[in-house]
Amino acid sequence: MEKYRINPDNGLEFGLYTLGDHLPNPNTGERIPAEQRIHEIIELSQLAEQAGIDFFSVGESHQDYFTTQAHSVVLSAIAQATEKIKIASSSTIISTLDPVRVYEDFATIDLISKGRAEIVAGRASRVGNFELLGYNLRDYEELYEEKFELLRQINEEEVVNWSGKHRAPLKDARVLPRPKDGWMPIWRAVGGSPTSAVKAGYAGVPMFMAHLGGPATVFKRTVDAYREAASMNGYDPEQLPIATAGFFYAAETSQQALKDLYPHINEGMKKTNGQGFPKQNFAQGVDPHNVMNIGSPQQIIEKILYQHELFGHQRYIAQMDFGGMPFDQLARNIELIGSKILPAIKKHTRR
Amino acid sequence: MKIVGLSGSIVGSKTRTAMDYTMESLERQYPEAETTLIDLADYNIQFSDGRNYLDYDGDTKYVTETIMNADAIIIGTPIFQASIPATLKNIFDLLPVDAFRDKVVGMIATAGSAKHYLIIEQHLKSILGYMKAQIVQTYVFIEEVDFHRKEIVNHDVLARIDRLVEDTVVLTETYQEIKQKKEDQYDF
Repeated sequence: MEKYRINPDNGLEFGLYTLGDHLPNPNTGERIPAEQRIHEIIELSQLAEQAGIDFFSVGESHQDYFTTQAHSVVLSAIAQATEKIKIASSSTIISTLDPVRVYEDFATIDLISKGRAEIVAGRASRVGNFELLGYNLRDYEELYEEKFELLRQINEEEVVNWSGKHRAPLKDARVLPRPKDGWMPIWRAVGGSPTSAVKAGYAGVPMFMAHLGGPATVFKRTVDAYREAASMNGYDPEQLPIATAGFFYAAETSQQALKDLYPHINEGMKKTNGQGFPKQNFAQGVDPHNVMNIGSPQQIIEKILYQHELFGHQRYIAQMDFGGMPFDQLARNIELIGSKILPAIKKHTRR
Repeated sequence: MKIVGLSGSIVGSKTRTAMDYTMESLERQYPEAETTLIDLADYNIQFSDGRNYLDYDGDTKYVTETIMNADAIIIGTPIFQASIPATLKNIFDLLPVDAFRDKVVGMIATAGSAKHYLIIEQHLKSILGYMKAQIVQTYVFIEEVDFHRKEIVNHDVLARIDRLVEDTVVLTETYQEIKQKKEDQYDF
């Protein structure tokens, strides 16, 4: 685990992630300017750091209602604005980028942040990036697999010799700069299904598992499939970190949390996915066994500890800024995380 | 209430004829409803390649978005090879898995043979159920013999379509009331 800069003795790591969505606040119908949104994301990372949160990540989506397409640029601003919080992408869509360029960018972010950068590489659920960046959607799977492998090879080898289908060959290529320790953690983004997790397991790569909603036990199958695949291919699952990521919102009571969060998720998903979040399913989100971490601080603590017992993961990453959530509510959530949730979680998961 | 009529084939005329009468009946009985007829023969729709429906363009985007924005859908389909036509299946494939959640779907089938009567029951309904539709259980099955020169000549068929239209609208209104009542209980 040290290889991935994770010390399990310190307990479960807690992070925040944003997709960099840029949606109107459904309660007012108003949308803040892109400039303000980006600055608020940077400020959020600073508040997170002050509250003792371990990790902060930013994703890229190339379509309407998003604003961090150039997520590595935003991360570099965050690297400069913070001092100790770990920073990463969530995710970098490696399929439609050049792994050499991605590695150069993130190695640079690692140097700016003095060894705090990580890459989470995914392959996009919406696919606007393919046309925009000049790729064929028919190569969806192969682009991801080939480029992800190359990214990992660049991480492992200072001099790279490589040839493939979707990029010019590399001959004795030195990809510079190198990250601070010559190497940086690279995670595979997994959409929550066992099929996708198995691929991360086979390759012996850390898994960043996103989960929308539903009983936590459903995602336990994914975690098991990941570890089983890793073992089968000769990797020690004990040495492979797992991160889980999903909706989070804390308020005084679970009822208040549902009330505050629901319109943002429902209206936001309508705009970005074409379908809202059914109220009935959302109401089940406060159930102690549901994977969505919504409720009072005490309920959330119990949920996260239950999930930790179930998954044995090393990092939980909360998404709470989706759908035009006002900044003061985000700040209030960070305060609750820092003062109540984080201390309890660390206390119970620390060795 | 937004109701979409979907004529699911680009072959022949019977389904379109039945759908034309369906839309006429709908407008006559429920003039306040907002209705749209989509005849797949009028559009150039690409095969599903798995992307989110919002990521298509042109006719494919128009048709999928119109269906997704509907409260109720009346599907008209011929029966080919003891199944629905590929054009209609493609529409289902273009949509998300739970595309018909909170939507009411009624069905009309046209067929050259009475042997096809149960195809709707055993084939189309299971697809709609998987996609979470509120299904109008009774459907209208129309045979070749009921048509003549692009007109429905069997008055019983016209009466059955009128009843399907009524059932679809009543179920949609009722379903929306039930849903509203349930959602109000959540208090969020």
